[in-house]
Amino acid sequence: SSASSLKGRKPHFDKILIANRGEIACRVIRTAKKLGIRTVAVYSEADADALHVRMADEAYCIGPAPSAQSYLRIDKIIDVCKRSGAQAVHPGYGFISENAGFARALVDAGIVFIGPPESAIVSMGSKSESKTIMANAGVPVVPGYHGSNQDPDFLAEQAEQIGFPVLIKATHGGGGKGMRVVHTRAGFLPALESARREAEKSFGNGAVLVERFVERPRHVEVQVFAAADGGCVSLWERDCSVQRRNQKIIEEAPAPGLSPEIRAELSEKAVAAARAVGYLGAGTVEFIFDKDTEKFYFMEMNTRLQVEHPVTEMITGLDLVEWQLEVAAGNPLPLNQEEIPLVGHAFEARIYAENPRNQFLPDSGKLAYLSTPTPTHAFAPAVPITARSASEAMTVAPVVGAMTAPSVRVEQGFEAGAQIGVFYDSMIAKLVVHGRDRTEALRALRGALEEYRVVGVSTNVEFLRTLSGHEAFVAGDVETGFIPKHEASLFPAVGEPDAEVLAQAALYVVLRERPQLTASLWSSLAARRFGGDVYERLITLQTDDASEPIAVHVSPRAQHQFDVTVRAGDSERVFCNISAHLVDSTTLSVTIDGARRSTTVVAHAPSASASERLHVFHGSRKTTLHLPAPSWLLALGGDAHTAARGALRAPMPSVVVDVRVNVGDRVQAGDPVVVLESMKTETVLRALVAGVVRAVGCKKGEMVEEGRELVDVEPEEVSS
Amino acid sequence: VSRLFRQCRPQSSTRRAYDHPAVLPSLISTSSPEFVAKAEAMDTLIADLDAKMAAARLGGGEKAIQRMKKAGKKLPRERLSLLLDPHTPFLELSQLAAHEVYSESVPGAGIITGIGRISGRECVVVVNDATVKGGSYYPLTVKKHLRAQEIAQEHGLPCVYIVESGGAALPHQANVFPDKEHFGRIFYNMAQMSALGIPQIAIVHGISVAGGAYVPAMADENIIVREQGRIFLAGPPLVKAATGEEVDEETLGGGQMHSSESGVTDHLARDDEHAIAIAREIVGDLGKAGGQEIPVLPPEDPLYSASELHGIVGTDLRQAFDMRDVIARIVDGSRFREFKKEYGPTIVTGFANVHGYPVGIVANNGILFSQSALKATHFMQLCSQRQIPLLFLVNVTGYMVGSKAERGGIAKDGAKMVRAVACADVPKLTVIVGGSYGAGNYGMCGRAYSPRFLWMWPNSKVSVMGPGQLSQVMATVSKDPTKHATLKEEIEEQSTALYASARLWDDGIIKPTDTRDAVGLALALAARKRGQPGLRRESSTTWDGDAKGFGVFRM
Repeated sequence: SSASSLKGRKPHFDKILIANRGEIACRVIRTAKKLGIRTVAVYSEADADALHVRMADEAYCIGPAPSAQSYLRIDKIIDVCKRSGAQAVHPGYGFISENAGFARALVDAGIVFIGPPESAIVSMGSKSESKTIMANAGVPVVPGYHGSNQDPDFLAEQAEQIGFPVLIKATHGGGGKGMRVVHTRAGFLPALESARREAEKSFGNGAVLVERFVERPRHVEVQVFAAADGGCVSLWERDCSVQRRNQKIIEEAPAPGLSPEIRAELSEKAVAAARAVGYLGAGTVEFIFDKDTEKFYFMEMNTRLQVEHPVTEMITGLDLVEWQLEVAAGNPLPLNQEEIPLVGHAFEARIYAENPRNQFLPDSGKLAYLSTPTPTHAFAPAVPITARSASEAMTVAPVVGAMTAPSVRVEQGFEAGAQIGVFYDSMIAKLVVHGRDRTEALRALRGALEEYRVVGVSTNVEFLRTLSGHEAFVAGDVETGFIPKHEASLFPAVGEPDAEVLAQAALYVVLRERPQLTASLWSSLAARRFGGDVYERLITLQTDDASEPIAVHVSPRAQHQFDVTVRAGDSERVFCNISAHLVDSTTLSVTIDGARRSTTVVAHAPSASASERLHVFHGSRKTTLHLPAPSWLLALGGDAHTAARGALRAPMPSVVVDVRVNVGDRVQAGDPVVVLESMKTETVLRALVAGVVRAVGCKKGEMVEEGRELVDVEPEEVSS
Repeated sequence: VSRLFRQCRPQSSTRRAYDHPAVLPSLISTSSPEFVAKAEAMDTLIADLDAKMAAARLGGGEKAIQRMKKAGKKLPRERLSLLLDPHTPFLELSQLAAHEVYSESVPGAGIITGIGRISGRECVVVVNDATVKGGSYYPLTVKKHLRAQEIAQEHGLPCVYIVESGGAALPHQANVFPDKEHFGRIFYNMAQMSALGIPQIAIVHGISVAGGAYVPAMADENIIVREQGRIFLAGPPLVKAATGEEVDEETLGGGQMHSSESGVTDHLARDDEHAIAIAREIVGDLGKAGGQEIPVLPPEDPLYSASELHGIVGTDLRQAFDMRDVIARIVDGSRFREFKKEYGPTIVTGFANVHGYPVGIVANNGILFSQSALKATHFMQLCSQRQIPLLFLVNVTGYMVGSKAERGGIAKDGAKMVRAVACADVPKLTVIVGGSYGAGNYGMCGRAYSPRFLWMWPNSKVSVMGPGQLSQVMATVSKDPTKHATLKEEIEEQSTALYASARLWDDGIIKPTDTRDAVGLALALAARKRGQPGLRRESSTTWDGDAKGFGVFRM
């Protein structure tokens, strides 16, 4: 079909604008480059050096860091289209990708929106409207009663019809208030009464609705694609069940344990949904999938290219951005439903700057060090295309891939040195792997995660590694409540660092401090002593929880050989004859008891005042150790930044949430002075000294850069 | 990998060249009975030697060691280890000195000496071992100390003395004190080496009394540990006997007093570790002293923005500011290794790098007192010895006046500073960032003192005296007030940077933000070797590097 369709094919655009940043902007630019389309990037002042800006042929600054003043500014983006002569706009995901006003404004300006028509965005943007449309199109929605009849017996009757378990939910509610799960008819009326009472109290309205309750739901979604000629296909489903804070972190395609029949059913309903709204381009129809009954219900439709689109690309061998461009240019879909392959199994793991052990709260900061696995592919490797019979167009089981080795893609938009999570989303990158089957893909994922190393922000890499090796996950036993259900085994207790790791950290310090070998024998005859004297170096290390310092004694025996004694608390471990050398500034090669290994050690000082930290990456784990500063340095008040004078400076780029003082106010040391927010995390800056506020250098709501002086306190003279 | 180790390592890939004609053959038989017997005898001897040396290294024994540890002090060998560059050799001397010589045991003669690397340069290190008889000097202690100094002088190696000693061991005074090669020779050597440009650095970790007090006092630069190091010619009991004065050790000769009042010490350290860290920095700033080339470091931007200089200095010269804030915006990494911080605080002296080039900075923080002048003089001598160019950051109203200052000899102390500026053996650069008035102009290297370059900031002023003094002086010389006003106006106009620059009293007005780069370029010029083609010393009109010394200091 592809050969015949070439004839009447409309040409691609010559130049497109990408109204986004980060990995998705880079992803779109790569496909555009492949197709010979010139690219225009837009960026905020915070992104002037960003990767997407450097990758694009042209780039335009569209405003200050806050997205409301840059990436969300429709007028500025349209202005850049005109200045640069871009004929179409790819919105990526997030920002204005599902903004109907943007789609309309582009059409009005004569620019093509690479996405669905405005009307589809509007319909799917409303939860109630979309559900009505879907129900009318024969797409299953969660059975329930949403009407105004609030008679208890009537509602109980409805519940019986819906089938237990059911969920009673306050119509005007939210936040779990006025919500009850009922498993039996007998329990219905008491639950209804208490739900009503709570709703009345919380929202001043006791109206409730009743819905089927899915006890063990999975999140399964179908990738659909529609073209202007009416063609509409399913590119199969993805499972994104394992979530934290209602956000996906790991996705796979196809969904594990799904029969070809259910796959066909899902695909049919998804295509019906897309057709019902006159869809165009790439879309995703999300379903709640009941694990126990294998029934599924429409949840919502996303009218954009999803973050997790690469897993679909991997199992179909397609480039979805290329398809989007084809459709936007007015061409038919490159493949028919019967031709769409389903090969092997793919995973995507999202790497976020966050603290999994602290409720997955986002972290922000600079990527001081970044090392990733080497990608095998930039795009999904092509897979053979063979047409199936029309009757089997959607009833497909995955074909075991013919490739010899798993593929790895690293989708990232940042390099070392970039600021993460301060102004925008805290996703650092996506790791995408494809194997012949699920087991192989998971193994490749674990391997890739072990090679993904970040210093500067906390990440979920270690958590993803644990997750991808978790028994239940490996078995494909996924559901949206996976993380709370398996909490204990997903967060194994963190033990004291291994003595071997401590020895390696100390050796790293010793080796990096070795003088450069010069012509002088006074440095090359390292640590030479006479008369039986032995040189010994003491390295003091401390763990994050600031417990007892660990003393590591290192004595060189020969050029590359050391004796190391690790003393932590009462325990002592002696390693004799360790061979060690630095391969490069972050790679330590050690041989302990005949076992040779390569360890990545990254030294990093999070700020001018903080003590240096060593991040030791060993296997799937990262151990962070502090090199405590000498006591005299601490006594001198090592941080010149905040020295005595009382000036408070922004520790990182952030938003000023509150200024609690005015010029002339008296403050005591420790009084809160300014409240900053950086990616949902508030930091309270407190007065360092008692005194009088001399100057206030920021105002509420303002963005401040790192190191900016916020408040100056004139210290009180201490009378003696 | 060094050549040496490549040869030693058995797994090395380089084949040993036995077939070279110059290779000596090995004709011994390692299994012959004679060989075995001789080797065994030697092994026994070595084992015995090792044991004796190990015992000597323990110093004065467990009790003395615990006493030092309890006082929060580092042991002598720990101090040595912290002082040396990590993973560098230490060539220790005469480890068995005084072995079975005296009736009592004096391991290593109570002193550790040797040659090691500090901040990249080889130095002679002399460490008093206070665990051995309180670090007092036996005859062989003196001999071992003098021998280390001899080696230093022969090789031009800087000397670092780690001091904690009660001075001469009194029962042995006849063999310690009077003769040519006795105690006094230590200071004779220090003075001569200093004159030869071989730096003498002392760290005072503990008591440094009587003769011992002269080691830090004779050093070019020294450090004392707060509330631990003590320097006095006589301790409290002797003082009480001699004068009746009752005084405690800390008041009599503690670090705080010597660093801020007497000026006997130059750096005040928090503890042993801090003192040694300072010593390592001092050795890093030794410049060409001790015969090395000055290392030019990779340039580094200041931490703070130069544009903030405007808000720090302003245009009203009467408003004081801390010159360290200016220095922090000019020098690499805003790092300033300050000399005599606690002493004569109205002048700021210290070492820094600008665009990688080392420089000694003399900057004003107020009126010049006798102490400030002496401090600046001392610092300029250090720069001369080390061949580190001087940068003057000028904001000075002059030297202190009044009967107290005059009685204190402000004129002769000011003269010392002026003499040091005039005869300093290094290129000088001057930036007038504020006022440059009166004799302060001389002491701070005005145009008459031949700085290689002299720049003015647009706000700066040069004249014989400040406007305030001017009107007062005027009232005493002339009785006609109309003339006062005109003359005052005239002098004020003549003192502006514009007036000065128009008459070429400077090399141009530079913006505060230009300072770092202008100074950097000038330092790069100054770093050119004298005697290079095109730089004929004889024809130079400027004396800033002829090693002719300073003439006579009026003391």
